[in-house]
Amino acid sequence: MTSAVPAAPEPAVAGPPEGSTTLEGKSIGDRVYRTLTTAFAVAIPVLLVFIAFEVIAAAWPALQKFGLSFITSSAWDANAGQFGAAPMIYGTVVSSLLALILSAPLALGVAIWLSEFAPRWLRQPVSFLVDLLAAIPSVVYGLWGIFVLLPILRNNIMPFLATTLGLGNTPFFSGPAYGNSMLGAAMILAIMILPYISAVSREVLMAVPRSQREAALAMGATKWEMIRDAVVPYARSGILGGVILGLGRALGETMAVTMLIGNRHEISASLFAPGYTLASVIANEFAEATNELHTSALMACGAVLLVVTLVVNAIARWLVWRVAREPKS
Amino acid sequence: MRFHAIALATLTAFTAACSKGGDTAKGDSTLSNSSGVDLNGAGATFPYPIYSKWFSEYATATGVKINYQSKGSGAGIKQLQEGIVDFGASDSPMTDDEISKAKHGKVLHFPTVLGAVVVTYNLPGVTTPLRLNGQVIADIFKGTIKKWNDARIAALNPSVKLPATDILVVHRADGSGTTFIFTDYLNSASTTWATTAGGPGKGKEVQWPVGLGGQGNEGVSGQVKQTPGSIGYTELAYAKQNQLPVAHIQNKAGEFVEPTIASITAAAEGIVATLGPDPDYRISIANGPGAGAYPISSMTWLLVYQNSPDAAKAKKLVDFMRWMYATGEQSAASLDYAPLPAALVQRLTERLGAINLNATP
Repeated sequence: MTSAVPAAPEPAVAGPPEGSTTLEGKSIGDRVYRTLTTAFAVAIPVLLVFIAFEVIAAAWPALQKFGLSFITSSAWDANAGQFGAAPMIYGTVVSSLLALILSAPLALGVAIWLSEFAPRWLRQPVSFLVDLLAAIPSVVYGLWGIFVLLPILRNNIMPFLATTLGLGNTPFFSGPAYGNSMLGAAMILAIMILPYISAVSREVLMAVPRSQREAALAMGATKWEMIRDAVVPYARSGILGGVILGLGRALGETMAVTMLIGNRHEISASLFAPGYTLASVIANEFAEATNELHTSALMACGAVLLVVTLVVNAIARWLVWRVAREPKS
Repeated sequence: MRFHAIALATLTAFTAACSKGGDTAKGDSTLSNSSGVDLNGAGATFPYPIYSKWFSEYATATGVKINYQSKGSGAGIKQLQEGIVDFGASDSPMTDDEISKAKHGKVLHFPTVLGAVVVTYNLPGVTTPLRLNGQVIADIFKGTIKKWNDARIAALNPSVKLPATDILVVHRADGSGTTFIFTDYLNSASTTWATTAGGPGKGKEVQWPVGLGGQGNEGVSGQVKQTPGSIGYTELAYAKQNQLPVAHIQNKAGEFVEPTIASITAAAEGIVATLGPDPDYRISIANGPGAGAYPISSMTWLLVYQNSPDAAKAKKLVDFMRWMYATGEQSAASLDYAPLPAALVQRLTERLGAINLNATP
């Protein structure tokens, strides 16, 4: 795969843009600039197609052998040569969506406070600190999760949910509370994607025209009503874009999730139970996978992750499109 | 804005998943050839601390530079097979099938140091080291023994007051030589672990019937440290440096042995005494005979082509290995690796003569 990467841009650079009639008579600099930017723009899709092609080619033996059962089976036994990725697909989607549910309201709250309420002198430092969350390496999040978050989860949050709130009888919060769990992974993901959602939302909210706010206030709206009815609806498609960015980040996150999710090939309704994700299984097993079917099954996990990411993003994009079309209330 | 966000999200999600893999098969060798490196190797992470100490001491002593990438045993075997590196390193011996796929023919296994895996646990109030045997450990990790006060654990520990709590099993989630050593031992020391008996069998990763998967030694020990009632396994050096409680394991002679440098070397001594005249050294020392032998022990190997296509490199490699057996072995214990028994070192030094120093491309 690495050997393919540097080769990819070459054909793109070589091909000049066609039909550049709009630039007829313009300076040579414009033409060079246009060619260059077009080449860069073309390089990215070409790269993506190349990656997808390589991954699917490497995954082919496993996909051919297991067929549809690769995504429906839960058996994963390298010794017996049995591979099924259903628990990982489930874990990837559930942990990411759960992270989004936990993170999005919080991130939106942070963004609204920063854009609407924060005093000028506090806005910069707080924005900076929130953005800084994105700069922490994921292995550090993982270690922090093992030594700080999991004990809190095990000793406080999980007993609170199961016993104090009495949710322990529902299938979603049942079973022993060990800490390593779907819930633990979702919580660390929620923290990790928060800066992406809040940074995008903050910028979009700050870009809402002043006239929009003034009109709401002139109608007698309180500040809260102004934000709820005039500012947020105006910015909603941008906010959704931020949420999608966060979701993409959550789907592919590997290290921190691997360290907290418990790495168990099982689908369980309980959020207290350990799970697995597609990215985690690749990270865990690739280095020591010697037989070809095993390697191929891991590449197939990569291919499935690509498809899952595309499908989830397509749904999200459709949502954005629908929201953007609706009249602003 | 938002379309960029979507495209970016797709890419980050995907490349994050891919970046870990894929690069093991190709490349890498060209990187270092031009930078004054004499030999390239890749493989096991477990012996990496001692290897890097050796390589740096050897470079100081002789000026010969050896570049080693600790990518994992699997990657080491793969790169050796493709002739990308001059030597490989692995915690589990190559299979005949793997050797037959090697580009330059026959691969020789040279043991370097010994490692051990310890069973660590978290039992508040229990201060004397727990005593366990292979069958009991296997049944705990299979989930057939579920409580700490199970009669079979109690029978081995008559003086310990065991709690009536559930056992939480913690195992490695990542493919690892540590798991191989541990399951290799359970395979030979119990009647229920082998695949033929319906058990998980041995391997760098197996299908665990129960428990949580931790990432790396630190993931397993972190979980065990924090969860009362848990049991897990880590490599000896890690357990020693972090002062984890370790169980004493019953060996073939019936003794309960603490994992120490001496008891691990003793495990190899017992096996070496039984070796034939010209073994290929792909041997397991798990559950070996001999007094004072710690049973969850293993060798780790350098993998070398018998007929290297590059005579100059073959000579450099043999020179290094001669130095390693003569001088390097002595510093193994300083990093918590057990040195090979003296008798074995002598035999291996003689065996270096089997490497062909004339280029046969």
